[in-house]
Amino acid sequence: MTDYKYIGKRSVRIDGLAKVTCTAQYTDDLEFGPNLLHIAVLSSPYAHARILSIDTSEAESIPGVKAVISGRDFSQKFGLYLKDHSIFPADRVRYVGEQVAAVVATSEKIAKTAIKKIKVDYEPLQNVQCALDAIKKDAILIHPDLGNYEVVPWLYPQAGTNIGHIRKIRKGNIEKAFAEADYILEDQYHVPHVVHAPLENHIAVALYDYEGRLTMWNSTQSPHTQRNILASCLKIPHKNVRIIAPYVGGGFGGKAGISMEVIAAVAALKVQGHYVKLRWNRKEEFENSSQRQELFAKIKMGVKKDGTIVALRHKLFWDVGSSAEYGSNVVNATGFSAIGPYNIPNVHIDSYAIYTNRPPCGAYRGFGYSEFHFGLESHIDRIAKKLNIDAVEFRKKNAIKRGDKVAYGVEMGPTGLMECIEKVAKKIEWGKETKSDDPDKIRAKGFSIVWKAPAMPPNESSAAFLKFSEDGSINILVSGMELGQGYLTSMAKIAAEELSIPLEKIRVEHPDTDRNPYEWQTVASHTTWSSGNAVRKAAIEAKNRIFDTVSRALHYPKEALYLEDEKVKCKEDSKFELPLRDFVINGIQMKDGTFRGGPIMGTGIFMPEFSSAKVNPETGQGGYPNVHYTTGAGAVEIEIDKKTGRIKVLKMAEAFDGGKILNPELAEGQIIGGFMQGLGTALWEEVKFDENGKILNPNFTDYKIPTALETPDEMYPIFVEVPQPDGPYGARGIGEHTMIPVMPAVGNAIANGLGIRLKEVPFTPEKILDALEEKGK
Amino acid sequence: MKREITFTLNDDIVSVYVESDEKLLDVLRYKLGIKSPKQGCGRGECGSCSVLLNGKSVRSCIIYAVEIDGQKIETLEGIQKNGITKLQRSFVEHNAFQCGFCASGVTITMTEFLRKNPYPKIAEIKEALSGNLCRCTGYKSIVDAIADATKEGE
Ligand code: FES
Ligand code: FES
Repeated sequence: MTDYKYIGKRSVRIDGLAKVTCTAQYTDDLEFGPNLLHIAVLSSPYAHARILSIDTSEAESIPGVKAVISGRDFSQKFGLYLKDHSIFPADRVRYVGEQVAAVVATSEKIAKTAIKKIKVDYEPLQNVQCALDAIKKDAILIHPDLGNYEVVPWLYPQAGTNIGHIRKIRKGNIEKAFAEADYILEDQYHVPHVVHAPLENHIAVALYDYEGRLTMWNSTQSPHTQRNILASCLKIPHKNVRIIAPYVGGGFGGKAGISMEVIAAVAALKVQGHYVKLRWNRKEEFENSSQRQELFAKIKMGVKKDGTIVALRHKLFWDVGSSAEYGSNVVNATGFSAIGPYNIPNVHIDSYAIYTNRPPCGAYRGFGYSEFHFGLESHIDRIAKKLNIDAVEFRKKNAIKRGDKVAYGVEMGPTGLMECIEKVAKKIEWGKETKSDDPDKIRAKGFSIVWKAPAMPPNESSAAFLKFSEDGSINILVSGMELGQGYLTSMAKIAAEELSIPLEKIRVEHPDTDRNPYEWQTVASHTTWSSGNAVRKAAIEAKNRIFDTVSRALHYPKEALYLEDEKVKCKEDSKFELPLRDFVINGIQMKDGTFRGGPIMGTGIFMPEFSSAKVNPETGQGGYPNVHYTTGAGAVEIEIDKKTGRIKVLKMAEAFDGGKILNPELAEGQIIGGFMQGLGTALWEEVKFDENGKILNPNFTDYKIPTALETPDEMYPIFVEVPQPDGPYGARGIGEHTMIPVMPAVGNAIANGLGIRLKEVPFTPEKILDALEEKGK
Repeated sequence: MKREITFTLNDDIVSVYVESDEKLLDVLRYKLGIKSPKQGCGRGECGSCSVLLNGKSVRSCIIYAVEIDGQKIETLEGIQKNGITKLQRSFVEHNAFQCGFCASGVTITMTEFLRKNPYPKIAEIKEALSGNLCRCTGYKSIVDAIADATKEGE
């Protein structure tokens, strides 16, 4: 094993002090002066209605109102993968909370007063609140023009239906396999909409200046992607769109791509020369940012008596809400991967993106994998039980191994899945029963395994600049976002390792698309791998320049030079050492008084050139849609109060194969944080809608997220390191994966403890009590 | 209706004109340049806007600014004005926060709590923290940092 000085070593995060002292500035902490204008948005009260007319005259006449905008001014369509979302709808609204018009005014108060004076005449249309209704033949069409929308070549919207995309996978001979199976289990599972609930709501500030430049300060995971979407949608040259991304107060996928920022951008166009600010309140965050898709999953699995899985038919009906601009790729990604981390020879998957009159859905930590793992991993436990095989043994028997073919025919890469399973089973003391002293309280354990690949376009890419200063410190310019996951620290560690510079002498700069080089987005748990590769290449390039300078000036052979403790040293001359600070800017002086060298810099780019989304649309075969999979396992021990139906998690363990863990402490933080976020979705979280599509719980009183009181007393994060050959030091991502095992592990624990199988999350006390009553009958 | 209020803000006497319906959080952030309290919910549910009012933690998003006329407000800026505290140092050492948005509110709540209960048990820390929402960390790192900073005999 290579001995690293920084990689894999414990350290405090480089942004820790900034955050603890509130030196870290979030978008709303920036000052824009007393001339700042404020935006308020009028949102749709209807889930589905035609807009007959909009009268803004009274709002415009209010003193302090600078502009009123609506679909009459800006109805351009935008979207990351499928352009089905309008900046403002021109003709119809598609969900409660959709932006219909906006007011720009000298104060937030005036803007809010003015939106009440906008008169909109609607003709309500029938609305669809369930994906299973939306795919019925006679369902009202939510996007009658679906066939005309621009879309990436690897998504297939079905014109004349409410289906935004279908991903199909066909492998082996499914009918024959079912015919030959000894046991078949078929059932359905349901995961409702949930929200990301970052503590910081969406916020955007924009300026359209007299040079024709649009500058924005956004709380975002995707500065370059936002620039690209805005430039192409508003027909402004890319060089004249600048996105500055300050610290982000939580993202979880909700700040990936673009949403309300489009409103601030077009508002700025209307009031040239003024800064404008739009900030969502918590209700608007629930109604009009993005949510996690609802999933109705139908699973049919066939096994042999000995416990070999031979066939899987997995149908995924995803409610993507009123826009599939981003969510269509969740549907796509899960379609490719809905076999889970198993080796299954015969597979049939259909993954549907279905429009409904609900808020747009998109990326959410786990990108659809949490949702389908819930059904799949519940199903696995049920089959194991039926065959009388231990749930962990059954998983081990079928777990995918390196070289097995995944559902789309590509070979599985290196994986430490088996080791993850074993370590979690050991930590949770699988098989050992524990009992509560209270006869009303039942203790039980549940297990789950997971995999997830980054879901990305095949040409996603990352870039990095690295530059030295006189004292030998460095600034790294990248465009990944620090969302809390520790991105800045990871990038700093990579540069520290390559250049022998301590972490204290490294700054990693937040994105500014004018200055920092390209990054696709901070999503998909891919930045450690992708941006990390770019930073490493930049550091290596800088190192080469250092050696080149020293070699030219002092005539040491380049190959003999190396870096240690901020100095250049030479294998052939143990007395030689030259501190970096002596020359990285000013060069090395020669005997004749001239200098060699100059400012040391490095650039690095990374693109996975082996990836391809070109597959047969009928079978999903023929491409290389996923760059790699991270695998893992999770388990819980819970205590269920049979009287109240309440569940308490006593102990959890999760293990992931991160290839190489760059920051052990921060990676542990991902496991703990991801587990608790997953626990929220397992036990409490669900966005509730009335029959007209209005959200009934858009606040933290009615939509509970976990508090400190719900944390288990025992939590065990575990890492396995089977290197990713193309990852920096072997690293691959783990950030999202930590959430995925939780829903099925808790569900399986409930089944093990009470003998009841809940096929729908969250597992509320009411559901537990109802199921117990049903069982008692 | 605008009126002038005067109060002690982190040991300084400040006067500011406020509207009768203006919230303390907005006055602090947008009129007085105090950016540590953050708006997470605006309804008193998340704790990220917490400040100390006469030494007691309150949610500045639901308090009218006019109510604090003549009172004493302390924010994170005041707490750390002579350098970061032992608690804050422990937060740094334990990598207590991820996105950091909840940090100020947590620090305020815990500062008040530790003044009353300097050597708390883990369960007491969790209880005291339960009004502050954090979506990122799962709380363990925060609890560990507080426990470490309050070890008996230190
Ligand atoms: S913003 Fe005040 S409690 Fe949430
Ligand atoms: S660290 Fe992000 S909300 Fe607490």
